[in-house]
Amino acid sequence: MLSIRNLRAGIEGREILKGLDLDIRPGEVHAIMGANGSGKSTLANVLSGRDGYEVTSGNVTFNGKDLLELDPEERAGEGLFMAFQYPVELPGVLGSYFLRTAFNSIRRYRGESEMAVRDFAAYMKDKAKLLELSEDLLSRPVNEGFSGGEKKRNEIFQMAVLNPKLAILDETDSGLDIDALQVVANGVNKLRSKDNAVVVITHYQRLLNYIVPDFVHVLLDGKIVKSGGKELALELENRGYAWVREGTAQR
Amino acid sequence: MATDTETLESFAQQDYKYGFYTNIEADSAPPGLNEDIIRLISSKKQEPEFLLEWRLRAYKRWKEMKEPSWAFIKYPAINYQDVVYYSAPKKKKELKSLEEVDPELLKTYERLGIPLHEQKRLAGVAVDAVFDSVSIATTYKAELEKHGIIFCSFSEAAREHPELVRKYLGSVVPYTDNFFATLNSAVFTDGTFVYIPKGVRCPLELSTYFRINAEKTGQFERTLIVADEGSYVSYMEGCTAPMRDENQLHAAVVELVALDNAHIKYSTIQNWYPGDREGKGGIYNFVTKRGLCAGRNSKISWTQVETGSAITWKYPSCILKGDNSVGEFYSVAITNHHQQADTGTKMIHIGKNTASTIVSKGISAGVGQNSYRGLVKIMKSADGARNFSQCDSMLMGDKCGAHTFPYIDVKNPSAKVEHEASTSKIGEDQIFYCNQRGISTEDAVSMIVHGFCKEVLAELPMEFAVEARRLLEISLEGSVG
Repeated sequence: MLSIRNLRAGIEGREILKGLDLDIRPGEVHAIMGANGSGKSTLANVLSGRDGYEVTSGNVTFNGKDLLELDPEERAGEGLFMAFQYPVELPGVLGSYFLRTAFNSIRRYRGESEMAVRDFAAYMKDKAKLLELSEDLLSRPVNEGFSGGEKKRNEIFQMAVLNPKLAILDETDSGLDIDALQVVANGVNKLRSKDNAVVVITHYQRLLNYIVPDFVHVLLDGKIVKSGGKELALELENRGYAWVREGTAQR
Repeated sequence: MATDTETLESFAQQDYKYGFYTNIEADSAPPGLNEDIIRLISSKKQEPEFLLEWRLRAYKRWKEMKEPSWAFIKYPAINYQDVVYYSAPKKKKELKSLEEVDPELLKTYERLGIPLHEQKRLAGVAVDAVFDSVSIATTYKAELEKHGIIFCSFSEAAREHPELVRKYLGSVVPYTDNFFATLNSAVFTDGTFVYIPKGVRCPLELSTYFRINAEKTGQFERTLIVADEGSYVSYMEGCTAPMRDENQLHAAVVELVALDNAHIKYSTIQNWYPGDREGKGGIYNFVTKRGLCAGRNSKISWTQVETGSAITWKYPSCILKGDNSVGEFYSVAITNHHQQADTGTKMIHIGKNTASTIVSKGISAGVGQNSYRGLVKIMKSADGARNFSQCDSMLMGDKCGAHTFPYIDVKNPSAKVEHEASTSKIGEDQIFYCNQRGISTEDAVSMIVHGFCKEVLAELPMEFAVEARRLLEISLEGSVG
């Protein structure tokens, strides 16, 4: 589904990703862990196409297409979704209107007909029920005055509605209390299927107690230096990132 | 890939679609201003003597006045002797019904989306159509007459209802008021007059559509609305002009009078030609609008969506004289390219327990300059007066400007005055967030701007809300780089 080869990228002339390789197949959940400054968020931003990030070499294929050639909204149309570390407020823009616009933009991109207002309302209701989320989030302007937990829940709700092929969760656990963390994890788990994939980017192992990954990768200085199963996350938690750093230094 | 700033700048590009010109034979005065021109206007309109005298007094006063320079706007000096003060489409014969109006004129209004024909009229909206210096048609007149409502051109009112005109003309904006209002008092050519009798709730939206057509012609219209005790009226004005390389002058005066328990809702969609992308041409819009809440429990609400004009200078205001009276001002002003706007309101609290609300949203794009200027004045007599002001500015790109000049003058210690202000930039973060959800930059900007203006748009009558939304889009729309 997603294949990253020798990706080098940075911002303002500073190289942050220094030759990253990663393969993700449908149905898989990958966790990418790393200390601050290891390049986790840069990876998320480069994949979603944020302005200001410069790719100097390597390539990224998403469902057979050259991802780096596409505009951010085209990437969304292809089925890429990013849950933001810091979701942005859109004052005065109603959540339901925002989501319907997004949903129908993606349908148009795929050459499908738009969903009518009433059908979409019913569809959203179903998703809210599935995630056990209050629909109240949608009758308010997007993220305006939301608590940190509400913002993250809203991201997961948007993900459920847009139903992406690949979802990237960029430090979705940061700043969440345990209850909110469970709601978010519960949402992700319900949306897991054999056809879609999830990349969980996190600093801590905590979230991975609830979203159990198939693969764990450790990012260090812009490269994946260690990969393994879910137990790698626990080992990291016990021994710290210094352990990985020493390990690579010895090699 | 273009940076988002470039994207935003190129986004703010769209041609003015009302820029066509109607080729129609006109009866015009020579350019220039003197007593003879004023006498000519007055006689063309077969005005009563008192009106001519009033005009001449205003003209005398105006000659002694100086053009104000305190506003945050820049423009080359206007030569008032170059302006044509009267221009009217030539009438072929005396009109008995709308069907006899020159088909060219009817076509013009149809192109503007204001059909005047009986069978195509806007449902629920009565329209007075003003073309250059004169009113050419008023729809639904008979229907309104059944309720005793007077809705006609100002010239007609001066002839048919001189007692009302005499009583209220200049009662809110005296002919000595300010440079532009005084000029208007001397040379105004037409406009709309509305009278709502006691206890009548006007069953239709009343609307005037102003169109400047002739070259080098200024438009000086005057609107007077009187709502008698316990009445209600919602009035709406729209305006457009052809695209021309030279600037044209528009100096209007609007006076509103609300007696006991009366409520006037006045909405404006101002879309005069704003000039081209380099700032060439466009309308200079110097307008004095003021409402007097004369009676107890009366209410005047101003709502304006200002998207046009090269220069906008207007401060729709309320004098809250009656106890418990309420004044409201809701405004969206957009300045794009080289447009400049200095706009806001004055709320003068005189009566007890008077309340005012100000919500102003300024959007600047291109190299536009957008200023909010407002005065909240609480007089000594205004026990228990309250004001709430909110002034928000939004910037698109980094070459435009937003400015706020709030003046607060409180002479009564029981007053409660609140002022909130914010300035935001359409963030690259906000646009990226929308993009990531599959939404194009164009749609994202439009969505964010609508969200920003929502409280004001919600105040517009239903019939015009859609039009206003579309206009906002057009004003900011364009090719996305």
